[in-house]
Amino acid sequence: MSIAERHTPASEVERPEFERQPVDSGAIGDVERPLSFSERLFRSEVVQRLNILVALILFWQLYSYWLDDSLLFPSFTETVRMFWSDIKSGMLINRTVTSLETLAMGYACGLAVAAVLTTFAVISNTGTRILSTLTAMFNPLPAIALLPMALIWFGLGTPSLVFVIIHSVLWAVSLNTLSGFRSVPETLRMSGRNVGLKGARYVALILIPAAFPSILAGLKIGWAFAWRTLVAAELVFGVSSRSGGIGWYIFEARNDLDTPRVFSGLLTVILIGLLVESVIFRAIEARTVNLWGMQR
Amino acid sequence: MTPVLLEVKGVTLQYKTPRHLVTATYQVDFTVHQSDRYVILGPSGCGKSTLLKAVGGFMAPVEGSIRIHGREVEAPGPDRMMVFQEFEQLMPWKNVFQNVLFPMKVTHKFSRAEAVERANAAIEKVQLTQFRDIYPHMLSGGMKMRVAIARAMALEPDILLMDEPFAALDALTRRAMQQELLSLWDQLHFTVLFVTHSIEEAILIGSRILVLSPHPGRVRAELDAARFNFANIDQSEFGAMTKRIHRLLFGDDTSRAIGREKASA
Repeated sequence: MSIAERHTPASEVERPEFERQPVDSGAIGDVERPLSFSERLFRSEVVQRLNILVALILFWQLYSYWLDDSLLFPSFTETVRMFWSDIKSGMLINRTVTSLETLAMGYACGLAVAAVLTTFAVISNTGTRILSTLTAMFNPLPAIALLPMALIWFGLGTPSLVFVIIHSVLWAVSLNTLSGFRSVPETLRMSGRNVGLKGARYVALILIPAAFPSILAGLKIGWAFAWRTLVAAELVFGVSSRSGGIGWYIFEARNDLDTPRVFSGLLTVILIGLLVESVIFRAIEARTVNLWGMQR
Repeated sequence: MTPVLLEVKGVTLQYKTPRHLVTATYQVDFTVHQSDRYVILGPSGCGKSTLLKAVGGFMAPVEGSIRIHGREVEAPGPDRMMVFQEFEQLMPWKNVFQNVLFPMKVTHKFSRAEAVERANAAIEKVQLTQFRDIYPHMLSGGMKMRVAIARAMALEPDILLMDEPFAALDALTRRAMQQELLSLWDQLHFTVLFVTHSIEEAILIGSRILVLSPHPGRVRAELDAARFNFANIDQSEFGAMTKRIHRLLFGDDTSRAIGREKASA
């Protein structure tokens, strides 16, 4: 098609200019309206996750019913019955509390050491090199592999457990925090320095909130590493000084071939995982990174 | 006679990339007086943003001196508030009000009550009162820029440094923001050092225009543009000024100038 053909002369098609008032948009209702209860319910994450859980439980129950062998694969109802009776007798709660105490101690110590290391890494280049070398070395090393040595160094008991938990938390958290600090946009850094922020205040007021999505991801990974390391460690050497943890509960039940109790132990591990993830971390996310639009 | 606020003398700026040592500006002199709307204009790569960063205290000149009220500029400070081109200069974890309040809070320049009052006043001046409690990710680009300007002005710095603040906005919003900046200046008569690569924006916004030559930036001219505004944008004098700056930047023959630009790039 030539250029001349494309330019239709104005006389052939009549296109008058016009101006007018925009049409009344009142017919569509409010331009912005709150969602109704059912619309909100359907969009809610809690409801959606509950649906998934219900589907999984249903599948579990049907499969065990079909298999019909409670030694190999007890049903959901059997597991829950055992779970409930052990909670009532207080044994499961005792075991869980013992585990969680050790976990909290190890997690807190791990975070403290990670905070010191990353602050050092932010302040100096040498610190960055030290941290990235250490992380590269120790992050791939499974905490459980250190357990035999830890038992020799710290004896059979809580200190060994805390040691392996620190190891599993420390590197994941430092790695994420450091990479979060590194990815803070230059403009944001400059607008912080512009108002005269330096040193610890600069880290606290600019770097930490700006890197919070990564830090939070690190905390989550660290928590999961710590929890699984702890349960695994308890399974390996069982009871510590006075009372065993949840791992020991599972180990004991397996020795007695009490499979419903093993399942009840596993269920506890999963439930606590779900609870921490979907209640504690979810609440932190909703109040921080989601509110700030840094993560959706 | 208006007192001299900012004095830049023989400033040469160099920065290092992983492979090169780049000279951004070479022996640049200029002085900014109180209540000037001083525009630095130049083609991209003439070191105008680098120059602004140096005034901000983010980099030290290799030679020459930058003085503000006679004091040598050594480090970034709240007496020279910067407004950047990028929207991410706002803190995503603070809402509009907290963002505007933040510099006043960390510098302790005002009492708590006064800071709150000033923040609210600044937000009202840029017409964002109804978005006071909104987080930056919910704002449009133009609104974010207005927050950044409000934040900088609430602190009442000696000089406002603006690094192509409207370059990332769409054309309509940019025009609205230019008008808003001028009407704010009419009220407050603050001093602003403004970097742009748009000739039209320079003539509209600026009362003085410093024209820099391309790579490395050297002073080409300093012009008076106080008489131009939105009212005479369509008049021939405005057009003549545009042509004059165009000639200063690219020489008489535009096509040859562009060819030279390419060869040197």
